[in-house]
Amino acid sequence: MAIKLPIYFDNHATTQVDPRVVEAMVPYFTDKYGNAASRNHEYGWKAEEAVENARGQIAKLINATPKEIVFTSGATESTNLAIKGVAEMYREKGNHIITQVTEHKATLDTCKRLEKNGYEVTYLAVHKDGRISLDELRKAISPKTILISIMYANNEIGVVQPIAEIGKIAKEKGVFFHVDGVQAVGKIPVDVQKDGIDLMSISAHKIYGPKGVGALYVRRKNPRVQLAAQIDGGGHERGMRSGTLNVPGIVGLGKACELCGQEMAQESEQLFKLRERLRESIMSRLDETFINGSMEHRLPHNINISFAYVEGESLLMGINDIAVSSGSACTSATLEPSYVLKALGVGEDLAHTSIRFGLGRFNTEEEVDYVADRVVETVSRLRELSPLYEMAKEGVDVSKMKWQVAAE
Amino acid sequence: MAYSDKVIEHYNHPRNVGSLDKADPNVGTGLVGAPECGDVMKLQMKVNPQTRVIEEAKFKTFGCGSAIASSSLATEWVKGKTVEEALAIKNTDIVRELALPPVKIHCSVLAEDAIKAALGDWKKKQGEADLKPAETASAHN
Repeated sequence: MAIKLPIYFDNHATTQVDPRVVEAMVPYFTDKYGNAASRNHEYGWKAEEAVENARGQIAKLINATPKEIVFTSGATESTNLAIKGVAEMYREKGNHIITQVTEHKATLDTCKRLEKNGYEVTYLAVHKDGRISLDELRKAISPKTILISIMYANNEIGVVQPIAEIGKIAKEKGVFFHVDGVQAVGKIPVDVQKDGIDLMSISAHKIYGPKGVGALYVRRKNPRVQLAAQIDGGGHERGMRSGTLNVPGIVGLGKACELCGQEMAQESEQLFKLRERLRESIMSRLDETFINGSMEHRLPHNINISFAYVEGESLLMGINDIAVSSGSACTSATLEPSYVLKALGVGEDLAHTSIRFGLGRFNTEEEVDYVADRVVETVSRLRELSPLYEMAKEGVDVSKMKWQVAAE
Repeated sequence: MAYSDKVIEHYNHPRNVGSLDKADPNVGTGLVGAPECGDVMKLQMKVNPQTRVIEEAKFKTFGCGSAIASSSLATEWVKGKTVEEALAIKNTDIVRELALPPVKIHCSVLAEDAIKAALGDWKKKQGEADLKPAETASAHN
């Protein structure tokens, strides 16, 4: 079968909607278009039934109950609601929040805003492997701590945090535990009971569902979590999130969760094999390549590799028939490399040369082989062009050289 | 980001890639930029000391497509020029030729710096390193 270009290997950014999800959604645009809050007629009942069905599908995937699922516009909103909602509701109890440095901006920027409003935030450092230290977490907890917010798996390096252990510590100390589950839910087993999670953000478009819809899991007992609503209005979602429900989107999210639940075991094994094939094919043929983040505690479909002595943007330019992301932000105005890689202690030179490969449900072995060949070919060509590679081969330690940076 | 056709052309088919013998007294070497900033250029030129004409130019660049294109273009332009003519090349000429967007102007600045650094090195080897004529004489005592 011929390969269709460009090849999509950027599944941490978003995913293709599964055709089975689209099929489930379509009737809710055209025939069953009612408002789920309309209590007086068939259209409303049908919509409400669909929403409740989706709530059950999502709850089942994460071992929650349907009433614990609150629909939102996406995971960014879910995370805002979780963190700000707890901060506001439990202000009397304390004003301290603990998170960590490689979180998604939705978490970090929400925490930064709370800091401006008089809250205190501890940003835990991560080890070289990308994981936090449980000892440091324990030490950071004070009587004023009301919330711990840690991601399940990182969007750049795929590193999985010790969530169950964190959940245990949170429970011991009587602190709520919010998890950004965006990259993990539907991909690896996530169980809010076993993991001791009190709140969890979920996104549809990362799990082969539509964009613009997400959910927040909010624990109802042991302990019961209350949230101060951040959007006021008609009192939908038991007052936690007002606004007419996005019924087709919610149906899509539900269906996406159902499919993930059915196919996860087989799919994650398949993606792990493809990932390993990609990694071996690239790294066996190129010297001076480095994996960023733990290999042991990692999503099966992620690999993040730095290619020393070539620059990330020129590498992406050379493999422009492949959709991937670079840790280099040179394309933006800032010239700052990824804060996630920096937090791991990756030097700026290597951070500039990193590529994130995110495999997904629709990728094939042929695509993996094509991508590996293109990467090897392009890196080799750029190294022929690279004065740094030449110096390294001559035995010069490039990292110890003094560089003359232009004043301008 | 969209690159201009000329940048893509140079990126796909860079001219004069390689190295010259940096110990050769007629070869000037310029190494500018820094890996942390995402750009390093090495530009080398072989100059005929009698005619002061640049007979050969080679480059190697670590950097984005625009940096590669800027240095590739620089080697094309300096070949056959005299030292003085090459030193007159301005970064704005490179910007215009390659249609570089504002965020990539630093690539052209680096290329101009590389030309100046390489020819500065050559002059130093020739004993005329930015010194005044009187001092040149005493330096050769």
